[in-house]
Amino acid sequence: MREDFREILRLTPAGARVLDVGCGEGDLLDLLTRERGVDGQGLEISADGVSACLARGLAVVQGDADHDLDSFPTRAFDVAILSKTLQQMRDPRHVVSELLRIADRAVVSFPNFGHWRVRWALLARGRMPETRALPNPWWSTPNIHLCTLHDFLALTDDLGLRIEACAALSGGRPARPIPPRSVLENWRAEAAVFVLRRD
Amino acid sequence: MKALSPAHDGSESGGGVWRFPADRPLRLDSGAALSPLEVAYRTYGRLNADRSNAVLVLHALTGDQYLASTHPVTGKPGWWTRVVGRGLPLDPDHHFIICANVLGGCMGTTGPSSTDPATGAPYGLAFPVITIPDMVRAQAMLVEALGIETLFAVVGTSLGGMQVLQWAADYPERIFSAICIAGAARHSAQNIAFHEVGRAAIMADPDWRGGAYEAAGVRPEKGLAVARMAAHITYLSEAALQRKFGRELQSDGLSWGFDTDFQVESYLRHQGASFVDRFDANSYLYITRALDYFDLAAAYGGQLAGAFVPARNVRFCVLSFSSDWLYSTAESRHVVRALNAAGCRASFVEIETDKGHDAIFLEEPALDSALRGFLASAAEKRGLS
Repeated sequence: MREDFREILRLTPAGARVLDVGCGEGDLLDLLTRERGVDGQGLEISADGVSACLARGLAVVQGDADHDLDSFPTRAFDVAILSKTLQQMRDPRHVVSELLRIADRAVVSFPNFGHWRVRWALLARGRMPETRALPNPWWSTPNIHLCTLHDFLALTDDLGLRIEACAALSGGRPARPIPPRSVLENWRAEAAVFVLRRD
Repeated sequence: MKALSPAHDGSESGGGVWRFPADRPLRLDSGAALSPLEVAYRTYGRLNADRSNAVLVLHALTGDQYLASTHPVTGKPGWWTRVVGRGLPLDPDHHFIICANVLGGCMGTTGPSSTDPATGAPYGLAFPVITIPDMVRAQAMLVEALGIETLFAVVGTSLGGMQVLQWAADYPERIFSAICIAGAARHSAQNIAFHEVGRAAIMADPDWRGGAYEAAGVRPEKGLAVARMAAHITYLSEAALQRKFGRELQSDGLSWGFDTDFQVESYLRHQGASFVDRFDANSYLYITRALDYFDLAAAYGGQLAGAFVPARNVRFCVLSFSSDWLYSTAESRHVVRALNAAGCRASFVEIETDKGHDAIFLEEPALDSALRGFLASAAEKRGLS
């Protein structure tokens, strides 16, 4: 199981109304449905992904987080999940603020561009980083809005959001709770998962 | 008063014409009342003991109740044998499947070719103008008459898809799930425009006789054939037409005249000519009019979501085809956004195909797997085995 999935599973209350944004082939939704009995809804951009979800009986709408979140009513869900997709959004600020309009809590995970390997690649080699968390060369990466943990904090502060929990995800190891504003963790965490609430 | 006909196809389990007595007229949106009302239908499979496995299938503009049985006029297989049958997504071994001829149709349900009790002659243009809500009301009367309180699913394609949305708006407590394939929540200006071409062709045929052709012993076959030819183009994509026919000729060389030089011409003429054998011109006028009048949001102050608010417990599945320009993906998306806004549980996928609107009837594995997945999870929630 993906480490971020394990952490999201732990953070999701049983029976919650859940929206998984960018749900892919529905692995996480399926897991949450089986293990937590959630009332799940997915949003996924690719037709193949949605077809796979439908075939496993998940309720998923083909659509684009940048455009289609605004069709959901306010507080329609208990939890909205954005799992390693934020950095692919055209307008991450809008997406995060929409997640917290639609749901009471948002669970957002993303690769940390402040990780030491990333910094090292740029500093020492003068090349765009290609790491475990960011495996593609610059010309084919789907990631268009990368950020560090502290960059993300700047966004949550700007939006007036409260951080309920934060954990570092590093290379298959169990999620490790971290103080999100730690300078050290901004070097150490390969990826992070945040639980956000409206303040 | 039900006339049961013997089952003649493997999975057909019954059907006939349900005749509602004169004291149960169909109240129409126009204010008129239609009586007596007859609804012709076919069934496949058996209703289970707790009456929870009934599926109502709603056909397209020129479809009928011969969903998976041999058509009595054309002798061809039913129109959806790809989806309905043993081992298929709609399976008579698990579902009790009902398909009724639409109100205004010409295969046994009351329509303009039925006898007007006031005159003893066919209604013709004396038939009242009908709407999609009227069609759904007639279907609901049939479902009730068959002793079914809640349908496991309503499944519709094209016109049928629009009826599915109307079902959700008008009878949400009587449906468990709803599947709208290549439908829309309203008719666009382009949709209306194409229908107007078809109607103009029919009414320009001297044999139409102001709709009273039956009494004169003639039929406006030329006009109806042209209507079908124009409509048929809208059912195909440009890519599919090009792939099928290109600029291929019927024989070597051009005729230097107005014969069917091109294969695509021959194909369209064949579509037109075979259509008139099985369809009534006035039915075509009435049903296309009902489609043109359709705008589900209108009754909800223009807010489509309002139509779906009472249907929050219904499980929705909306499917569109990427090359369908008649009822495009944009129209389905519009429906899905309204379902989201209403807080309904919805699934939606655009199926990638170059076959246009006609993909409904053609080999589309992605359609089958979407239907299977959706129906299986709905069945689980419904407690069907």
